[in-house]
Amino acid sequence: MTPFLEVTDIDIAYPPKRVVEGVSFKMAEAAIGCLLGPSGCGKTTLLRAIAGFEPVQRGLIWLEGVELSRPHWTLPPEQRRIGMMFQDLALFPHLTVADNVAFGLRSWKAAERWARVHELLNVVGLDEYAQRYPHQISGGQQQRVALARALAPRPRLLLLDEPFSSLDVALREDLAHEIRAILLREGIGGLLVSHDQFEAFAFADQIGVLNQGRLLQWDSAYNLYHRPADHFVADFIGQGVFLPGRMGEGSRVCTELGDIDGIPPAGCAPGDPVEVLVRPDDVTHDDSSPLMAEVVERAFRGAEFLYTLKLDSGARLLCLAASHHNHQAGQRIGIRLEIDHLVVFQRALGAMNEA
Amino acid sequence: MTVSLEAGASASRCTTSPVAGRNRCQRLWILWLRLDRWVLLVVGVSLLLALPVLTVFLTALQPVGPVWRHLADTVLADYVRNSLVLMLGVGVGTLLIGVPAAWLTSIHDFPGRRLFEWALLLPMAIPAYIIAYTYTGLLDFAGPVQTALRESFGWNRQDYWFPEIRSLPGAVIMLALVLYPYVYLLARAAFLEQSVAVLEVSRSLGAGPWRRFYAVSLPMARPALIAGVSLVQMEALADYGTVQYFGVSTFTTGLFRVWYGMNDSTAAAQLAGLLMLFVFALLAFERLSRRLARFHHTGNRPVRLARLALRGGGRWWATVACLLPLLFGFLLPAGQLAVWAFRTAPHMVDGRFWSLLTHSLSLALGAALLILTLALLLGYGHRLRPQTLVRGAVRTAGLGYAVPGAVVAIGVMLPLAAIDRSVDGWARQWLGWSTGLLLSGTVTALLFAYCTRFLPVALHSVEAGLSRIRPSMDDAARALGSTPREVLWRVHIPMLRGSLLAAVLLVFVDVLKELPATLILRPFNFNTLAVRTYELASDERLADSAGFALAVVLAGIGPVILLSRAIGRARPDHDAVP
Repeated sequence: MTPFLEVTDIDIAYPPKRVVEGVSFKMAEAAIGCLLGPSGCGKTTLLRAIAGFEPVQRGLIWLEGVELSRPHWTLPPEQRRIGMMFQDLALFPHLTVADNVAFGLRSWKAAERWARVHELLNVVGLDEYAQRYPHQISGGQQQRVALARALAPRPRLLLLDEPFSSLDVALREDLAHEIRAILLREGIGGLLVSHDQFEAFAFADQIGVLNQGRLLQWDSAYNLYHRPADHFVADFIGQGVFLPGRMGEGSRVCTELGDIDGIPPAGCAPGDPVEVLVRPDDVTHDDSSPLMAEVVERAFRGAEFLYTLKLDSGARLLCLAASHHNHQAGQRIGIRLEIDHLVVFQRALGAMNEA
Repeated sequence: MTVSLEAGASASRCTTSPVAGRNRCQRLWILWLRLDRWVLLVVGVSLLLALPVLTVFLTALQPVGPVWRHLADTVLADYVRNSLVLMLGVGVGTLLIGVPAAWLTSIHDFPGRRLFEWALLLPMAIPAYIIAYTYTGLLDFAGPVQTALRESFGWNRQDYWFPEIRSLPGAVIMLALVLYPYVYLLARAAFLEQSVAVLEVSRSLGAGPWRRFYAVSLPMARPALIAGVSLVQMEALADYGTVQYFGVSTFTTGLFRVWYGMNDSTAAAQLAGLLMLFVFALLAFERLSRRLARFHHTGNRPVRLARLALRGGGRWWATVACLLPLLFGFLLPAGQLAVWAFRTAPHMVDGRFWSLLTHSLSLALGAALLILTLALLLGYGHRLRPQTLVRGAVRTAGLGYAVPGAVVAIGVMLPLAAIDRSVDGWARQWLGWSTGLLLSGTVTALLFAYCTRFLPVALHSVEAGLSRIRPSMDDAARALGSTPREVLWRVHIPMLRGSLLAAVLLVFVDVLKELPATLILRPFNFNTLAVRTYELASDERLADSAGFALAVVLAGIGPVILLSRAIGRARPDHDAVP
């Protein structure tokens, strides 16, 4: 099957700086994805290239088997039928809510146009605000208008450029869920740009992690967390520490906390220095365990404590423990490693493998 | 491969025959990118608008002829000296009037302060030549002032000395009276921007009000004052009506003399080139000071300014100090014009008056709309293609305001006349009949000159408005299927309404007031309010000219209202009535 959106090995540059380098990924029809990365990683530039606002210096962008961008040629954004929601929403201040939503329906017959406008305003629950101006409604409502406006012309794909960043955290995930549901109902694919992994998890089925213009991994949230392909991904997604160790005989990794079975990274010889990713949920508090660590810091999370522990070597670990295990800083507690997905990187090189 | 792209007409064209079609399309697209419509349009318009100035400079570089040598031997030194005296005198005069007025109204409180804040701008509504005509009428031998003196003291012509207004000092005073608002505006903005903390520190160090003024506020405002004075001096150099009427030989009157009297276009262009050197020197000076100004005002935001309420006799002196420029710069001349206009109305206001009025107004409106269109084109083109080439082109087109009207006129006349001559020659040779003057003797030439000179006014307004529209607005509209041209119509123009209206008003009034370029370029028997005022005044029919002059002044009040509203909004203590 031809993928719906296909981005192949693209470079984007604001000469002389290259902002995006060699990025490739594919999305299926009506799939929902996210480009996740720290600010300045090139994710917004990549999104703008898919929308047609930035030319590519190398590579191709295809949608539904039609070429959108190649070097020296960019199909203008108005001909791509790709909707976009902007970080600042960019609602037209001189138009009412209804006129904003109708903006992209200019070529439609009047009756169909207004039917579509009201249909969408109903979907986002704003039909009674149709005659208001953008400055007369709340921030969350403006967000919904921007969504309705972007969806009105039935785009083939909706791009979302951090549209939730102006909202508070609680509202953010709600709205991400809501928009996801609307996209699924309308059968429109979505691609979100975000720096917030929880927003990404709430919204997308597939997430691409970008850093310094490179796409490090394009995968499900579960795999990003448990099977990170890259040291940066492992660090950026979720919490965790890297425990230093050394390759042992065969497939064993020797660490301070004992030997762990796993497949060594390719090209690793016994004795090579490695790092093992240890998530807080990989470390279990067990009073009977002979392994002891000192509590350095603890953060109360309601149902659980997040302990920062110091090993005898000085290495640190994070540990989630049920909140009835109340230990003070300075206390030594017993811990056990329970690693389901062993993630090992060669130190200094950063290759990966898993058990 | 299936193609299901309905909207992308060009894309589906590209995919009709997958291999050969794409190659051809690719080449077409590359060609299209190189010959980008917007870049071509912006660069083309800018070059066209720069043509007059370029022509003047290129012509000025030609070897000097006998007329120039004659000029250099006789009157050139006078032109340079008088122009310099005019520049310096008007600079000093506007500083002396504008700075105290700005200092008083921005930092202090006294009776009438709110009124003076905007009323001090009113003299801007009166073109210099009109105030010159009015004061001549007031102060010459037969005027009301000298008549009253003679009657009350029983003097005769030989019994007393009265200053001659039609002189170089007179011209300096006239120009200073109507140009000081530029200095006032910029000085005021500078004083308001100054951090109140600095003034309080100097106060705590024991500096009294005078010392605070000349040791703290004045030096801090210096860049703004230089900018204001440079602007005023450019206007003074460009003036033709006043110096011509007062018989003062400057560059501009010299230009007219060489152009008409000696009929030597090369010498005229050379004189114009010399004048432009003066202007560019001023411009460079102003740019430099403006850069400094930006440097000075970074950082601390102005704090709510507590006005210093003046007490006792001081407050009445402040009122008088602000009343004098308003009185002599606006109330007196405008009042005199009104009296004359009223008195001469029975024989002056007839069908011809009204037809001239509508004629002049519609010319100004047409020119303003044309100029607005061009400004919108340049401003939006620059927004779409923010490349060095486009930016340079737009900046070049923006320089025209510094070019005196007489210079623009000569720069327009030379190339258009050359085109007319060659077309006419060709037609005579091949068709056997003469085409006459197609461009140079028609409204085209006039509009061309107005565009060159006044486009920057509109461009400034358009660019300021466009910069307030976030780029995401453009992107949102594009993503919703609008082409760049549709974005301009459906998003920018509706959002820019205020700025566009202001631009039209400002250009409209500038065109209405314009005198020297109109005099040189107007078609035969073609009149505007400004030209008719000039003609009647030149025929010593000052009272008869008042009706036309008054119409120009009334129109000029429009921009004053715009400016005063901007002042009201910018006021840090927000005590203005909305």
